[in-house]
Amino acid sequence: MKTIINKNEVNLDGVDRELNLLEFLRERMDLTGAKNGCGIGVCGACTILINNEPKRSCILKVKDIIDKEVLTIEGLSPQDGSLHPLQQAFVDCGAIQCGFCTPGMVLTAHAFLLKNPNPTRAQARQSIKGNLCRCTGYQQIIDAIIIASEHYR
Amino acid sequence: MTHTEKPHPAWRNDAYAKVTGKAKYTDDLKVLNCLHAVPVYSDYVSARIISIDTAKAEKQPGVVRVLTYKDVPGNLQFGQIIRDYSIFAHDRIRTSGDVIAVIVAKTRQQAIDAIPFVKLDAEKLPAVLDPEEALIEGAPLVHAAHGSNIANYHCVRTGDIAIGEKEAEVIIEQEFTTSHIEHAYMEPESALCFMRQDGVMEVCGSMQHPFSTRRFVASTLGKPLSDVEVKTVPMGGGFGGKDDTAAIVCTRTALAAFITGHPVKMTYKREWSMRESYKRHPYKIHYRMGLKHDGKITFVKVRIVADGGAYCSVTPWVTWRSTVQCCGPYEVPHVHCDVYGVYTNNIFTGAMRGFGSPQVNFAIEQLIEMAAQKVGLDEVEMRRRNMVHQGSMTITGQKLDEHTVSLHQVLDIILKECDYYNKRKLCSDGNPNQEEWYGIGLAISYRGMSLGAEGTDLNSAIISVQPDGSILLETGVHENGQGSESAMILLCAEHLSVNKERIRYRQPSTSNIPDGGTTVASRGTIMGGGAVVNAAVKLKEHMARILAPDLKCKAEEVIFENEYLFNADRSQRVSFNEAIRLMYNRQEYPYSFGVFQAPQVTWDEHTGQGNAYFTWVYAAQAVELKVDPKTGEITLLHMYAAHDVGKAVNPALLKGQFYGGMAMGAGYGMLEKCEVSGGKVVPTNLHQYRILRSTDLPEMTAVIVENFDPASPSGAKGIGEPTNEIMAPAIANAVYHATGKRCPDQPVKVLKEQRDTESLRHGV
Repeated sequence: MKTIINKNEVNLDGVDRELNLLEFLRERMDLTGAKNGCGIGVCGACTILINNEPKRSCILKVKDIIDKEVLTIEGLSPQDGSLHPLQQAFVDCGAIQCGFCTPGMVLTAHAFLLKNPNPTRAQARQSIKGNLCRCTGYQQIIDAIIIASEHYR
Repeated sequence: MTHTEKPHPAWRNDAYAKVTGKAKYTDDLKVLNCLHAVPVYSDYVSARIISIDTAKAEKQPGVVRVLTYKDVPGNLQFGQIIRDYSIFAHDRIRTSGDVIAVIVAKTRQQAIDAIPFVKLDAEKLPAVLDPEEALIEGAPLVHAAHGSNIANYHCVRTGDIAIGEKEAEVIIEQEFTTSHIEHAYMEPESALCFMRQDGVMEVCGSMQHPFSTRRFVASTLGKPLSDVEVKTVPMGGGFGGKDDTAAIVCTRTALAAFITGHPVKMTYKREWSMRESYKRHPYKIHYRMGLKHDGKITFVKVRIVADGGAYCSVTPWVTWRSTVQCCGPYEVPHVHCDVYGVYTNNIFTGAMRGFGSPQVNFAIEQLIEMAAQKVGLDEVEMRRRNMVHQGSMTITGQKLDEHTVSLHQVLDIILKECDYYNKRKLCSDGNPNQEEWYGIGLAISYRGMSLGAEGTDLNSAIISVQPDGSILLETGVHENGQGSESAMILLCAEHLSVNKERIRYRQPSTSNIPDGGTTVASRGTIMGGGAVVNAAVKLKEHMARILAPDLKCKAEEVIFENEYLFNADRSQRVSFNEAIRLMYNRQEYPYSFGVFQAPQVTWDEHTGQGNAYFTWVYAAQAVELKVDPKTGEITLLHMYAAHDVGKAVNPALLKGQFYGGMAMGAGYGMLEKCEVSGGKVVPTNLHQYRILRSTDLPEMTAVIVENFDPASPSGAKGIGEPTNEIMAPAIANAVYHATGKRCPDQPVKVLKEQRDTESLRHGV
């Protein structure tokens, strides 16, 4: 039983298939970028990508990632410590305040831009519908998605 | 629609950590041998406790200890103003969020599994759930020892209300209501505490007031303040909501660590947070306003009843701001205002972004338009005839002449920005022949800055330049997510004339810098920034005194510019690094401690008169929206805000405050209501308590207005709350212009059916 997390193969032997995925990532893998905001799949703070699709890890289980590719926020930036262009856009646009929604928001936007590298503001707005943010009013997050989109073309 | 501007890059010192997931929030922290704690609630709203039996719970797998009131070594009771809150319920249950026990176990799940085994034996008591009923003689007392259900009372008596009544040619009366509001910070409460080898209890937690948390912990443990050290970690939003409850979560966690001798973590589920954490106060506000035919207000009589819930928290301060600002930004010669903060058995209420102003603004900014209609004036002209200007007297007798009174300026900007007059003509006014109704609306405000006469108001900063010229900066301001650390760094860099890259913000601990009060009341930039500027001035004076001989000039002639020190004609210069090297060589520490004390304010509690705040800010916001006549659904089309901030320290982050404040204000205006039924908080999680999603919000326009404020050392004022206090009435006014119907109840619901469904759904 294995999975790929942030491009590394992870052996899942001995791991309870029914274990909550967010708990597995945070407690066993020490990938604490995914946050628990509601625990019921509503707020999007726990968003990770499974085969490039945004998923709510708080309502999934370990069995949902078997033989799949998982991307968490820790795997988005290059190994050299620099920022992915989307992350840089979030920084430059002032899209970050408390930062609790940021990892999920960035990953949701990343998955969206992979599919649609030429979005309108309205489409960018639509893409983050499932990720709640109480700080920003989303305006500068949408700015960031648009600014970053050119790097996906 | 709005195009995306390539912005001047925003900057914040914690952006890299937050965008890469490296930022460690409290629950992300791990320590060895850590135990986990969870709270236990009762099923009661009001009851007398007969016994709490923890024996069975203690025997459950993994359970290490079950704590109750019996385990508190220090004070059981705490409170910022009235000590009416029990860290654990002991003799009484006063509300459904009361915690009767905390279970400490090896894993969080084991602790949760043991919850049903805590046995409570209690006798149900009558509850009082309506604040008006709580005021009636003979109502059950929430706190018998307090002697009354009135937690606090404030008044304003200005002029003579009888004269105002006599002079009035037109009178309007209206009642407004507002509801409980959940802060809905994205990160639920969390705390991690351990006893250090030096005997100090170390506390990390998601809270916005480390010093208040330290007082709670020290009081409960029966320890001096020096034996508790509260450290700052990134916090996932607060909005005023991470004061009392968050401090209490830290306190119970510290107690668990103290008693078990192990590190303990307590991370709240959203359900516990919604149940236990305090909300924004619901208000019932009754206005009676008199006017001349020309629109001049002759008097305002207002009675406000605020539901404080079961505990006082900061209700006296919240309602005090409502008192001072009860007439909105208008000149009123005769005012009679009574404000009651009332105990009930509902969830307690406390600080939330705006702090008593969103409620009164929701009312007064509609009332002023109702008055305009009554005397046949347009709503902008009505405001112009009454609003404060340079040299105006506030209703509490404060002359506004020590800063730029820019209300007319922000209003004019907004009118132009949204093309108000032209769009106002397009409003539907409930035209039955239209399939979609359009409306535009606005609201204005003034706001007293910082705490005012609520309490002591000072802050401090430490600038410590290291031998290599790098700088450590620390202030008594807490990073709530708003970017306060970045603002402090930028102010420090500006006033020392050095690059910001030199400066590292040292995350403060309560053991290292004096108590700077809470980072609330939009006081971070004005108070912390003031302290930074004063510290920079002191450091420069010290360096100039020591280095003047090197620059062949007098100390007072030394100029700091672009990383250099110069003499007056710039014939001599020393680089900042060299200057620091010389300082150390001469056994002089380039270190300074700066303090900013808020200028004196005054308040007479009996007359409600005084210079309530040392300075004020001014704002105007507008909104365009459409309404579906069949469903009543409101769709926001565009929101606009203009705020005088004194000086913009970090423009991109400042605009972020504008956008976020408008969004939260829009939620208040058209959506949010935390139903409390039978004393219990109805929504349990974010699926039932909805906040606005990206698709609920429109594009926004933010206009920064700068009038340097001489009362602020940096010139900057505050912005967190002003942005969040007038979008709701702007929406209510726009909905009126769209539908022709007034909505005096917050949140605005266009159709009666919508209001009914809302009540039905929540079982009221």
